[in-house]
Amino acid sequence: MANVSLTVNGTPHTVDVDPATPLLYVLRNDLNLQGPRFGCGLGQCGACTVIIKGEAVRSCVRPVSTVAGASITTLEGVAQNGKLHPVQQAWIDEQVPACGYCQNGQILTAKALLDKTPNPTDAQIRQGMASTLCRCMTYYRIQAAIKRAAKAMVTA
Amino acid sequence: MISDTSRREFIKLSGMLVVGVAAAGRDLAAQAPAGGPYADPDFRQLDSWIVIRQDNTATFYVGKTDLGQGTGTAFRQIMSDELDINFDATSVVMGTTDLTVDQGGSGGSDALQTDGWPMRRVAAEARRVLLDMGAASLSVPVSQLAVSDGVITVKGDPSKRVTYGQLVGGKRFNVTLTGNTTEATAGRAPLKTVQEMKMTGRSPRRYDIPPKVDGSLKWAVDARVPGMLHARNVKPPTAGAQLVSVDEASVRSVPGLVKVVRKGNYLAVVCEREEQAIQAARQLKAEWSKPATAPFPASDDLFTYMRGATPTFSAPPAVAGDPDAAFKAAARVLEADYDVPFQGHTAIGPAHAMADPSNGQLTIYSNDMKSYGLRNGVARFLNLPREQVRVVWMEGPQAYGRTAADDAGFEAAFLAKELGRPVRVQWMRNEETAWDTKGPAYAVKMRGALDAQGNLTALEWDGRAADHNHVGYNEPDTVLIAQLANMRKATPARGVSSTPSSMYVVPNQRTLAHVVGLPLVWETPLRTGNLRDPDGPQVTFASESFIDELAAAAKADPVAFRMKLLTASPADDMGYKRARSIACLKAAADKYGWAPRPSPKPVESGEILSGRGVAYTFRSQTVVAQIVDVEVNRRTGRVWVKRIVCAHDCGLVINPDALTRTLEGAMLHSLSRALYEEVRFDTEKVLSTDWASHPTLTHLDTPETIDVIHVNGDPDPARPDLPHYGAGETACKPLLAAVANAIYDATGVRLRRVPFRNARVLAALKAANV
Repeated sequence: MANVSLTVNGTPHTVDVDPATPLLYVLRNDLNLQGPRFGCGLGQCGACTVIIKGEAVRSCVRPVSTVAGASITTLEGVAQNGKLHPVQQAWIDEQVPACGYCQNGQILTAKALLDKTPNPTDAQIRQGMASTLCRCMTYYRIQAAIKRAAKAMVTA
Repeated sequence: MISDTSRREFIKLSGMLVVGVAAAGRDLAAQAPAGGPYADPDFRQLDSWIVIRQDNTATFYVGKTDLGQGTGTAFRQIMSDELDINFDATSVVMGTTDLTVDQGGSGGSDALQTDGWPMRRVAAEARRVLLDMGAASLSVPVSQLAVSDGVITVKGDPSKRVTYGQLVGGKRFNVTLTGNTTEATAGRAPLKTVQEMKMTGRSPRRYDIPPKVDGSLKWAVDARVPGMLHARNVKPPTAGAQLVSVDEASVRSVPGLVKVVRKGNYLAVVCEREEQAIQAARQLKAEWSKPATAPFPASDDLFTYMRGATPTFSAPPAVAGDPDAAFKAAARVLEADYDVPFQGHTAIGPAHAMADPSNGQLTIYSNDMKSYGLRNGVARFLNLPREQVRVVWMEGPQAYGRTAADDAGFEAAFLAKELGRPVRVQWMRNEETAWDTKGPAYAVKMRGALDAQGNLTALEWDGRAADHNHVGYNEPDTVLIAQLANMRKATPARGVSSTPSSMYVVPNQRTLAHVVGLPLVWETPLRTGNLRDPDGPQVTFASESFIDELAAAAKADPVAFRMKLLTASPADDMGYKRARSIACLKAAADKYGWAPRPSPKPVESGEILSGRGVAYTFRSQTVVAQIVDVEVNRRTGRVWVKRIVCAHDCGLVINPDALTRTLEGAMLHSLSRALYEEVRFDTEKVLSTDWASHPTLTHLDTPETIDVIHVNGDPDPARPDLPHYGAGETACKPLLAAVANAIYDATGVRLRRVPFRNARVLAALKAANV
């Protein structure tokens, strides 16, 4: 066990854990941030996604020691001052989720995509989201929501 | 009768639930130790179904579960309509065993088809009772009252008013209902006509979506209580392996280790922290012995095995007309074999549950779609009185049948009792993909006879389903831990071999249905369970592919060929399924812009070959026709479904937008099954264990356009009693065939084996010199 410091959604935390512990379990079990979810533990599905330095990162395969000092954003930290992020709002407007279990990863991957590529083509959306899986198969609505969010973010 | 304590508890809950329905989980968790024993809410009491508060809001208690299809929202719509209360002033509590009447949880897409009726009746009865109270309160007869949005007024004098909340808020109705079952529950009030319903048919947004999007929803996977331990299973390394010995010393070094639990071949580790449990499960050394004979053939040999196996069950042949004579007299006889492999649920989140044994009770936090069955099953499994067990239903990763055989729920309960502490069980990805319940594989032979004019005169179905020992719903003697721990029942379930569903008129038919088993019957990762219409996609792949083959042989347009079969008789059933089948097929063709011609079309010269395919079927009373456009890449074998048109008739549509999305998801799930999904195995273990070895549909495969048309093909579309049939699973059924038919249209190559992964498509194209 060792002390690891990290900043999540703007709040600094120090946790006493095995440094090899995947970030996912620290967020969920120690910091009570349960937006990121366990899906595969292999970095294949995206359910555990968080954002670090603008990148969508799979927290299930990221040892907590490697993100010491980093500033991490989880789904709970995407809304600002009580206002949903345009991506979240687009998800509601398109009524995207079915079960919703994977949507943490879909939303954060889409946000990271739009932050880098504000006006993505259909092909860029498909490619950028390709390895974020949804087993309720809400892909069609997700892609519509990303386009809707892109518009909202440009005009915002 | 509900106790005052639990009434207070759920009134308190309801207030909170209005803000964020499923956020209740955490607060329920906090209440758990104080609860119990857990009496069943009495379905004959109106108070068990509806609570009205002084602020004129209402909470509906529904014993179903919402698996992400918006059924909770739909119940609010039909119930607020019958109650005459503002939709926005309502909330719903679902699926928690001590708060809601046992309506069985969900399954079979029947929540609204079956349970929509009692829910409408109890809401209508509450309205009737409130009007009686209003009449007494305002000193006028009921006939002089009007009611809207929970406010009763005197006709002609709206200043004389009283609200539902003033009449009964914080009090009991104390009204006894009639009916011997939950489905038959009724009061004295009549139901409204379709025309009188205000919210029904509109698309209010789903209440569960904002908390799923902002991260505030607490799911079953999030349930935590103080002192909770984390468990991980250690599965047999090969199917049917027997646990010889466990080397507990091998994990003694793992920090936080609490216990290694063994019962028969069930093996688990329990630790203080989650990552410790994962480490311990990986590190634990155990000796297993393999069974003397191979548990199953390799997946590559599955269909040869199934066709050669002696059936474990054969249904009596169903014969209509004289098929032998018709085949003898035929101008042409077609015969084809179709194969659909085992396909898994492979939920995006592996199985999980948490059980808390505090205060001598047992509370299980679960996403079990049939939470009541979990409660009953666990009580029997652990020999506990039912009243001691409750299940708090919380949302979870897509269920579609998987959670009705709730392995993790039983395991968590078992371990919690074993350790005397709250235990959370979480399956890992490889466990879930390899060991979840599977949709049965099908091997089907079809024969059809055409006369000289191209009319279908005889049809024969000879289907074999690998479904021996199909697991039941939360049975304490068939869930996986019961099998592994040697607590299983003696006799395997018979299983099902399903047959096609269509309203086609074919004068001579023979239908043969067999179930076959694999050598290893118990403790096998190839145990079958209910996967989102348990047999429909497999069966309809064969039946609707073959109809297309017959149409092609008759050089007939595939829609016209089907339409001729549908219109060959004017006879219909009680639900007008023939009329609605015709309406759906026509609506799909119209929306698509279908120009009649036979398939296949002449093969194009470029790299991309495009084609169209149609398929139709029904499930229960719900009818669906689908048309797809595909692009087949001749160089890579990749199939892209570019467009889907779906015409769907489930009677009265309660929430069109939510239904549209449910159908989109159902079709894309089937598209994933058509293009990618197959459980691969060698002769001792499943090889499909993660998203690399078990590929699924991704964003790259998403169609460009999906058109869903809600058809009302009832002969009297404005009938005031138009029923709400079930929706969801029906749309899963025809898509595999529609895709195969479109590939044939594009390439002239008939694929009779699912899935259509690139390599298989490419090999078939090459074999046909396309």
